[in-house]
Amino acid sequence: CSILFFFSSDLIRATLFPGDGIGPEIASSSKRYQFMSLPIGFLSESYPSLPIGFLSESYPIFSAADVPIEWEEHFVGTEVDPRTQSFVTWESLESVRRNKVGLKGPMATPIGKGHRSLNLTLRKELNLFANVRPCYSLPGYKTRYDDVNLITIRENTEGEYSGLEHQVVRGVVESLKIITRQASLRVAEYAFYYAKAHGRERVSAIHKANIMQKTDGLFLKCCREVAEKYPEITYEEVVIDNCCMMLVKNPALFDVLVMPNLYGDIISDLCAGLIGGLGLTPSRLDLLIPLAFIHSLNIGEGGIALAEAVHGSAPDIAGKNLANPTALLLSGVSMLRHLELHDKADRIQDAVLKTIAEGKYRTADLGGSSKTSEFTKAIIGHL
Amino acid sequence: PVTPITEDGTPRPVTLIPGDGIGPLVTGAVEQVMAAMRAPVTFEKFDDVNGNMSKMPEEVMDSIKKTKVCLKGGLITPVGGGVSSLNVSLRKELDLFVSLVNCFNLPGLPTRHDKVDIVVIRENTEGEYSGLEHEVVPGVVESLKVITKFCSERIAQYAFEYAHLNNRKTVTAVHKANIMKLADGLFLESCREIAKRYPDIKYNEIIVDNCCMQLVSRPEQFDVMVTPNLYGNLVANTAAGIAGGTGVMPGGNVGTEYAIFEQGASAGNVGKPKMVEKKRANPIALLLSSAMMLRHLQLPKYADNLETAVKRVICEGKYRTKDLGGSNTTQEVVDAVIKALDS
Ligand SMILES: Nc1ncnc2c1ncn2[C@@H]1O[C@H](COP(=O)(O)OP(=O)(O)OP(=O)(O)O)[C@@H](O)[C@H]1O
Ligand SMILES: Nc1ncnc2c1ncn2[C@@H]1O[C@H](COP(=O)(O)OP(=O)(O)OP(=O)(O)O)[C@@H](O)[C@H]1O
Ligand SMILES: [Mg+2]
Ligand SMILES: [Mg+2]
Repeated sequence: CSILFFFSSDLIRATLFPGDGIGPEIASSSKRYQFMSLPIGFLSESYPSLPIGFLSESYPIFSAADVPIEWEEHFVGTEVDPRTQSFVTWESLESVRRNKVGLKGPMATPIGKGHRSLNLTLRKELNLFANVRPCYSLPGYKTRYDDVNLITIRENTEGEYSGLEHQVVRGVVESLKIITRQASLRVAEYAFYYAKAHGRERVSAIHKANIMQKTDGLFLKCCREVAEKYPEITYEEVVIDNCCMMLVKNPALFDVLVMPNLYGDIISDLCAGLIGGLGLTPSRLDLLIPLAFIHSLNIGEGGIALAEAVHGSAPDIAGKNLANPTALLLSGVSMLRHLELHDKADRIQDAVLKTIAEGKYRTADLGGSSKTSEFTKAIIGHL
Repeated sequence: PVTPITEDGTPRPVTLIPGDGIGPLVTGAVEQVMAAMRAPVTFEKFDDVNGNMSKMPEEVMDSIKKTKVCLKGGLITPVGGGVSSLNVSLRKELDLFVSLVNCFNLPGLPTRHDKVDIVVIRENTEGEYSGLEHEVVPGVVESLKVITKFCSERIAQYAFEYAHLNNRKTVTAVHKANIMKLADGLFLESCREIAKRYPDIKYNEIIVDNCCMQLVSRPEQFDVMVTPNLYGNLVANTAAGIAGGTGVMPGGNVGTEYAIFEQGASAGNVGKPKMVEKKRANPIALLLSSAMMLRHLQLPKYADNLETAVKRVICEGKYRTKDLGGSNTTQEVVDAVIKALDS
């Protein structure tokens, strides 16, 4: 089509997995919109038949979204694909491998035997070795911690989650934690690369090498080696238990954190909790803020980047126009940053944060009463 | 499961290990307060023990085996030096299978959270701290996490018994059984079995990453927590952090025969040299641990006296060390506590 033609010189192709449950609402539901028109869900739902040109005039998000992205939309299959042993199809994987960049909504793994979980399939097949989670306080949203601005980077392929376990004798089981030089080096390299690319000053390696001297010792050794190549970035090592304590006392002490799998899992969630609400209301709502806000970027071999919202598919509110699209929007922002489209990323991020800070339009999980579409409209207004 | 020491009117001998860094400062605080209360406790003190020793001297072990109760300052854990942690080897050798940390808000001490009152009961002898590690080929190392039914059941038993005796309502097991299906699965299975014997106590389960998220956003929902080794370490430090920090959290390591009382969180963290030099370590944690010890020694009157004095000083807010936002020395806090004692 004509619009495609305009931008075809620097058109970026990206894979989009709208996902399940609230996924399609917060992601795009139509291939026709070829711009970074996040969250396109609202637009395509309410104005499914409007031509793109009209929308781009009416809604400045399209101009902000001057980001010329062509989405290749992929859905999770209804049957197990024998080539992937999962509901994720081979074509979907190929699409990410080819485009090297993608955005994914929540995916619920159907229950049943004989197939791999969707997230595990993506992680294994695309070799997504690092999980990056930016975590910062929401401006204007008062919480106990308003000084959080850190990035957790988690090794995501080995460590405690190797899946190697066995029963030695009845009542005695062993679980293997595996640390390799290769995996430790590449996550460390990514952490320092990320720190440098994002103007961050410090990388902290989180470990328990005083107890696990060989495994965590190797992890640290790899971090030190990489650190030497980045003299401009301060490198430090923090024992995991001390890290937990420091994080809850003064999260401003940290900048970029890099760590093995289990520690990353725990610390990234702990950090999400830090930016959660005050817990003053008797509802669960406060706890959901991190869910709806936290986004993550998975880095795979060969420079693949798959951004995702980490919350679940929330089947209870699916289709009700209640979902908070923030996490997916910010994941899109992460994706843009990965593509080094920083000014576009800034515009969308600012609009989202402003809308939340302003407080007039917030979805229920943020304590407001706006619908997904109203919240989205407000964001568009701020672009 | 802890064998109580019977009331017989004579002073109780207690092994005392001042340890490294701020250790001697804070154990010194306890000695002074005990003396001021005229608590019937005599210390067998071993000044020379430090964390860089490859093993605990025989005479120290003999003393603990005789007194059955030890009070200890921190022992430094050398990082990656091929020497294993003395803190860990003590626990193993004496089979101190429980590490207990009580994290609670002290009245008068403002923190980011309130209504925190959590007891973390952590399995202390196996799990990720098995010490079984090896290099498979260069660049690939493995570490074994060992979970046994025996150890899981006895820690669960301790947690429920603790809850029962201390009038606590809920026990929450912390795990990652969705990923470590066998290892953490066995831990959970054991907890569930024990839970059945305590119908009056509510039993919950929570996945460790979610647990940490909830701890920092809504800690008041937790009561007693029972955990495998590593998770307990993290959960206890997180809980300690939200309620005021290492400097105020008491704890101990207990087994069927022996008990060691020490600062609840971060036993291996002995403070920076500067803090030692300026003598500004916070003695509150170890003083509260000593109160726990006095209770363990069946000297509840002394325990109450000590605990009340400490709480008075904190509540009054005039004497506080730097970690609590004050500027006093250890000695000034100790003097204030001594003055606040009921004589
Ligand atoms: N048997 C296995 N072997 C290796 N990895 C596994 C296995 N089972 C699950 N995983 C992966 O381990 C990781 C940790 O699982 P976890 O339950 O922490 O996921 P999560 O909490 O949803 O992740 P996140 O904390 O990023 O949201 C996941 O990425 C999951 O895909
Ligand atoms: N983006 C969101 N906007 C609003 N509410 C949300 C959002 N994400 C999650 N929630 C709420 O939080 C609850 C728990 O979220 P979670 O992400 O764990 O979903 P879930 O029901 O577990 O889905 P899944 O089975 O896919 O993990 C949801 O049921 C929903 O009420
Ligand atoms: Mg997790
Ligand atoms: Mg979920």
